[in-house]
Amino acid sequence: MNETNTSDLPMDEHTLETPVTPDALAKLKLGDVVYIDGTVFTGRIGLYKKLFDEKAEPPVDIRSLTNVTFHCSPAVGETSPGEWKVSAVTATASFRFEKHLPMLMDDHGVRVVIGKGGMSQEFYQNHFRRLGAVFLNTVGYGIGAQYGRGVKKVEAVHWLDELGIAQALWVLNVKRFGPFLVECDTEGRSLYQMALKETNAELMQLYEGLPLPTLKRMGEVHNPEDEVF
Amino acid sequence: MPTTTDQAIGADLIREVAFELNRRAAIHIPDDVRENIRGMAERETEKLSKFVLLEIVNNYEVADEDNVPMCADTGLPRFYAKVGNEARLEGGFVALERSIREATARATAEIPLRPNRVHPISRKDHNNNVGIHAPNVDYSWEPNAEWVELTAFHKGGLFGGDYRMLFPGDGVDGIRRFYLDVISEFFKRGLSCQPAIVGIGIGGTKDTCVRLAKEAACLRVVGDRNPDPEIAALEEELVGLGQRTSLSAMGFKGQGAVMDAHIEVAYTHTGGMPVSIHHQCFALRRATARIHADGRVEYRENPEWFTDYYRRETVS
Ligand code: SF4
Repeated sequence: MNETNTSDLPMDEHTLETPVTPDALAKLKLGDVVYIDGTVFTGRIGLYKKLFDEKAEPPVDIRSLTNVTFHCSPAVGETSPGEWKVSAVTATASFRFEKHLPMLMDDHGVRVVIGKGGMSQEFYQNHFRRLGAVFLNTVGYGIGAQYGRGVKKVEAVHWLDELGIAQALWVLNVKRFGPFLVECDTEGRSLYQMALKETNAELMQLYEGLPLPTLKRMGEVHNPEDEVF
Repeated sequence: MPTTTDQAIGADLIREVAFELNRRAAIHIPDDVRENIRGMAERETEKLSKFVLLEIVNNYEVADEDNVPMCADTGLPRFYAKVGNEARLEGGFVALERSIREATARATAEIPLRPNRVHPISRKDHNNNVGIHAPNVDYSWEPNAEWVELTAFHKGGLFGGDYRMLFPGDGVDGIRRFYLDVISEFFKRGLSCQPAIVGIGIGGTKDTCVRLAKEAACLRVVGDRNPDPEIAALEEELVGLGQRTSLSAMGFKGQGAVMDAHIEVAYTHTGGMPVSIHHQCFALRRATARIHADGRVEYRENPEWFTDYYRRETVS
């Protein structure tokens, strides 16, 4: 991968079958467009707290299901008892999960993380690169109807009573589930790091001549090149 | 001029309309937003940004075709009620609010909407988007009218809002800088889920400017201008400034992702200039209906929330 600027990225399209093989992961380049066939499971803070802080016994052997997780909670309705219909699916911001995600990757074999907004460069280097994992960014982000189309069936839902609809572990059967953009490749490189360099230059020019506010606030970012997380 | 009528608007009708508004809001994007983003997608020359914008437009169509919510974060359902001064409500305002709560609970199960409303500390979820101060209902009044106008809004987005106490000395440059700061904070990595409509509330008190920023972002259609020519000029300037940041959809480089900038002002303390900014994401879920005393229901694309009366400046 030699491109250093987003305009030159080829944006090649791939369809990945789960569990995704190390070979298939290594072929993904920043900015490539990915669709998924197979099984994915959802999880966010409620699940992580239960698994890793309370050390609850997992309700299912995640490793045997798939190696793809999705930071989301679907909009679902119960059509009849135990029958669920997913209407829309959208990711939730992933940077909040840096504490628990390494455990999910190390202990449960996760190698593809689908989420929103990406994670820090340091986190990619420490964990994604070490494990040969990739981060796929959802598009938009709110293109939930399009992602909902890719969900063919709810295979199972775990810890629904304990965690509620929004935080439960949903196991989804998917077909042409996407599109997602490769945000972090197996080398731990980040599409956003590339993009931020390009936009920061333009942004800084616009600040010329605009004074800082009279009243400062504790902890406030005053350098527009910095990020809020 | 309509006079006070004896006909009361029925609570059942209000409940039916409130349900239908929740359904329409969840699935169908207002035309002003759809057309604006389609135009942005056509004009964009950077391929990543163009790809994202085209997917956003495509997703609106998928939501319509499959009759499903456009975004799985179906947001926090809330209502705006503009009540004609001559309107009469069967059961009064208590019945109106009960109808809205019943309709929201039913819509959550039947559309379905994600049950997003939880207790802030215990995180208890009634699974119906109803709870303490939920759904919010905000009111405004209109003279010489016998109707009630309801707008359902499903407010998504945890990011893209901020407040700053500026002072008269900070001036318009202070507002410009704040506007850029909020874009820097939240357009990077697409945290605002832009393209966004940016609402800016200037003046009033802290709570008023926060409320005005949100109403300006959510209840004025793309292309609408403030009637004060100076404010309208600032709105246009800020749209241009947003484009020049080069932060497009998802924060990729492009021609910017501000659909429009809407400013509302309120008279404020002589020593201060509080400002609030609100980014409304592209999943702008809004539906409005006017319910007349004779039972007619008129669905409208434009909520026209900011009327001359609502912005009045004088004593009477
Ligand atoms: S900010 Fe808007 S588009 Fe983005 S996830 Fe939330 S509701 Fe959906």
